[in-house]
Amino acid sequence: MASETGTSSGQPVDRRLKMVEATMRRYGNEPSALIETLHTVQEAFGYIDEEIMKYVAAVLNVPLSKVYGVATFYHFFNLKPQGKHTCVVCTGTACYIKGAQNLIETIGHETGVKPGETTADRSLSLLTARCLGSCGLAPAVVFDGDVAGRLTPPDVLQRIRGWKEHAS
Amino acid sequence: MHPDELLDLIDKENEARSRWKHTIHICTAAGCLSCRSDALKEAFDKEVAAKGLAEVCAVKGVGCMGTCNAGPMVRIEPGGIHYGPVAPEDVSEIVMSLDGDPISRLLCKESAVFSSRQHKIVLENSGIVDPERIEDYIASGGYTALSTALATMSPSDVIAHVVQSGLRGRGGAGYPTGLKWTTVAKTGSRRKYVVCNADEGDPGAFMDRSVLESDPHRVLEGMAIAAYAVSAFHGYLYVRAEYPLAIKRLAKAIRDAERHGLLGNNICGTTFKFGVQIRLGAGAFVCGEETSLISSIEGNRGAPRPRPPYPAEYGLWGHPTLINNVETFANIPPIIRNGGAWFAKTGTEKSKGTKVFAIAGRVNNTGLIEVPFGITLREIVFDIGGGIPEGRNFKAVQTGGPSGGCIPAEFLDMPVDYESLASVGSILGSGGLIVMDDTSCMVDVAKYFMEFSRSESCGKCLPCRTGTPQMYHILGRISEGGGTRYDVQLLEELCDLLKNTSLCGLGLSAPNPVVSTLRYFKDEYEAHILDKTCPAGVCAMASGRMVRQ
Repeated sequence: MASETGTSSGQPVDRRLKMVEATMRRYGNEPSALIETLHTVQEAFGYIDEEIMKYVAAVLNVPLSKVYGVATFYHFFNLKPQGKHTCVVCTGTACYIKGAQNLIETIGHETGVKPGETTADRSLSLLTARCLGSCGLAPAVVFDGDVAGRLTPPDVLQRIRGWKEHAS
Repeated sequence: MHPDELLDLIDKENEARSRWKHTIHICTAAGCLSCRSDALKEAFDKEVAAKGLAEVCAVKGVGCMGTCNAGPMVRIEPGGIHYGPVAPEDVSEIVMSLDGDPISRLLCKESAVFSSRQHKIVLENSGIVDPERIEDYIASGGYTALSTALATMSPSDVIAHVVQSGLRGRGGAGYPTGLKWTTVAKTGSRRKYVVCNADEGDPGAFMDRSVLESDPHRVLEGMAIAAYAVSAFHGYLYVRAEYPLAIKRLAKAIRDAERHGLLGNNICGTTFKFGVQIRLGAGAFVCGEETSLISSIEGNRGAPRPRPPYPAEYGLWGHPTLINNVETFANIPPIIRNGGAWFAKTGTEKSKGTKVFAIAGRVNNTGLIEVPFGITLREIVFDIGGGIPEGRNFKAVQTGGPSGGCIPAEFLDMPVDYESLASVGSILGSGGLIVMDDTSCMVDVAKYFMEFSRSESCGKCLPCRTGTPQMYHILGRISEGGGTRYDVQLLEELCDLLKNTSLCGLGLSAPNPVVSTLRYFKDEYEAHILDKTCPAGVCAMASGRMVRQ
């Protein structure tokens, strides 16, 4: 399931699949549980691949085309594996006015990736968010789930370089 | 929980409160948390214990205090002393000073102006109650509106109060709430739903997030009262997945309310039952539109459908559905507690009550404010917001996100309400206010919003699917110095087309940022097209990156 069978994230695959099954069961395996199920898939596996889409389609009794349609319609869902670290730059109006674009360009310059892409060594994914609702802290970036605010390009570089040093 | 048990709990809670000589409130809403207010709370806990003050001094995590740019915020009661920003190093000094004078260097300078002009109804508990303790909400008068309504009012009495209050939907369109409730109540169906729209997708808006994080029970209470009024037994809270803290607190609030008999079966000892489930959004702006939201709860792509029939008659799974925004529901408990007439005393003739605004952008004080309708934009931006930083000049205020428009300085003295904003080509929207100064290029801002609408268009109707990319490309051409006069005419035609032929609110309002900037800042478009310059120095030709002749 989810291509890399084994325990890449330190969790046995079965347990991740059990989380997904539990979600579907909680909603009575109804077709309306599709979005909730995809949320759990992404939480457990990090992304949503074709194998698990087929599985979810079979259990919830909906066509695979619909699962694919829903998974691609919503921006929150990833269909590709993400990097070890993720960097989500908020591009809401307040952040945009205060220079979020500069942050994206800085990260792009440093790592060579555009928003939505992952570096070749899968160390970092650069994503953008429509609005984090942290407008008072604009411009804001989420580094591995932690929101940081009032950032300048040097701050962002420092965080990213910190990850690199930690890895080596 | 019976009403008398509710009163017992209030007494118990108040008794505990009376033992505290000091209470240290620490903001634990998302803004301050991202400035590590959780570590600050721990530091206070440790310091208070170390000083042996644990018996007389309470340390309490509370919701948003509003002054987000001064976070992390701390408030000391009694005295109402606001400190911010506070670092863990300051903790010991603050605890030492509890019986003495406030520490002047830590005082939050924004809090005075912030509070003096505000009128809090929706946010009355925000920054005061602990959002993770139902007892705290109950002791502050929470759930009394629900228990009173169930014990002493008929569903039509409840609706009468909502009608009398003059409350209008706070999601943006401003439809009279009482009328919506009446329509749903009148439908004969035995199966009805109450849905809370918490898919706050407007960039620049964080009112709903803040209400959900700071006072989740109030939204649940509002929903339960609505369910009683329209005879619904099931409810859904559709929340953005981007708001994990709000989701976590809501989930806890639902569990606690069920445990206390305030949701579920036999609410407040009556035969009334109402259950609420959370459904997560997944990052689609169009799901804020009610028919798209319904489609998303049903597990489908969030595509809208033509209305009528309206969800009030044909909603979730084809049953009558009452959909209101977070802030609308949050207004309900005080309306029931104090009566519709009390609510109608605040605001303007056609826009009653208060509105929560998220103020951000090029302004000194950013954060969350609640003001009565009828206040002027100048008071919001210059008095509460503290004006423009670095001595720069005010250029425009953008309201209503991608569906709204930019309002120039000449309308600063206009009173804020649904009609007046519409009269200048903007909308109230959900309440995001982005202040812009002379460093913002209005062509670039229009392009930014069109990029948003283009990528968020669900693709179901042709005008929106193909019109928004066309408009985006034209704006891109103008900002790169390759625009012609014909482009402006083309933009105007496309605006007109989208406004008149799109299927849902997204496409209908997508032209607003373009229309309003063309109306008030045509000189900037002309500078880009004729002089090939960007007066604000934002667009491509200003930095010499690329000029297409």
